[in-house]
Amino acid sequence: MNCTKCKIKAVIGLPRHNAAFCKPCFVAYVHEQVAKAIRHDRMFGKDQRILVAVSGGKDSLALWDILLRLGYRADALYVDLGISGYSTRSRDKVVRYAETAAATAGAKLLQHEVQEEEGAGIRELAVLINRPTCSACGTIKRYQFNRAAIEHHYDVMATGHNLDDEAARLLGNVLHWQEEYLDKQGPSLPASVEGFAKKVKPLYRLTERETAAYAILNGIDYVVEECPMAKGSKMLLYKEVLNRLETESPGTKQRFYCGFLDRQATAEPSGTSMIEKDRAVLHPCPTCRQPTTAEVCSYCKMMARAKSAVTG
Amino acid sequence: MRVRVSHPDRELELQGPKKVRDVLRELNLVVEAHLVIRGNDLVTEDELLADRDTIEIRPVISGGAPEPRHWSSVHRMSRCP
Repeated sequence: MNCTKCKIKAVIGLPRHNAAFCKPCFVAYVHEQVAKAIRHDRMFGKDQRILVAVSGGKDSLALWDILLRLGYRADALYVDLGISGYSTRSRDKVVRYAETAAATAGAKLLQHEVQEEEGAGIRELAVLINRPTCSACGTIKRYQFNRAAIEHHYDVMATGHNLDDEAARLLGNVLHWQEEYLDKQGPSLPASVEGFAKKVKPLYRLTERETAAYAILNGIDYVVEECPMAKGSKMLLYKEVLNRLETESPGTKQRFYCGFLDRQATAEPSGTSMIEKDRAVLHPCPTCRQPTTAEVCSYCKMMARAKSAVTG
Repeated sequence: MRVRVSHPDRELELQGPKKVRDVLRELNLVVEAHLVIRGNDLVTEDELLADRDTIEIRPVISGGAPEPRHWSSVHRMSRCP
């Protein structure tokens, strides 16, 4: 298989684009796709400060690397969930990247330890409040990333969600007829109210296989093992199903998610309606001041439950 | 050839020469969910692997973001009319 552009030996085939690329052309392709996403969805500019949510996995480290190479001002935040062994290995990968490539580019790493601030690791917290670990993890990560972005005055928060993540989430929401969640499935969510950071997903045009290939080809050492908490998750099942469809009919994931975005853009030509909807239902949490639709935000509610479980 | 596979971690010996896509098919692995690494390089599906080669088959699928609570099958069960 030869590179579609320069005809030398290819390192990866991309059936959905009916193309194959050598290393330099593949890296250029990845950069172009991310640049296109940033431009098309008006994510951020070169003068803005970006906070990348990093986990030690391929997507978030690849995203940090791509943004720095494209010349953006991108720092990162790592949330240590306190999952013994796994969190330590993940943190090591993040720190190694931060101290080498990121430091050279003048970027810095912020860290948050769940054990230190929340008083227990994620597994223990989930048991205390009787909730699935992934659900407690989602609440803590969303809260802490948003908080760090606001407190450290970043203009925008970027996550490493890729095409597979978004297509699988869309499939899950459609299978469960969760129309109200579809609004928030776009790659760029505005800072609709005070206390909310703008959130963007610059990798949404790239598949998981492409971000992994980018990391490997650029020597980005990421944590290959799966989070032990994710075993048996529906997200993995939906991804597996979509990949079987993709193998039989290349381009399925892209048509599914991008087709959804096209229809969403036609239905709502401007982002105004989401901002209006948010402003109508969100108000500051009385405890922490982060926006919430409930009386108390889900993070403060969770921490109060954990505290009362400990004190009895 | 020696084949190292993750999730779960295992090492296998397969007879070469064989194309990458045939190795994946033999192990019942989907191309879209895996990358094949030989040395420091990625190899494409049509590449012929020699009997003396050592490769790593790396899964690329991760759980990603935690799944929403509303995906629970018991949550808000619909009834057929």
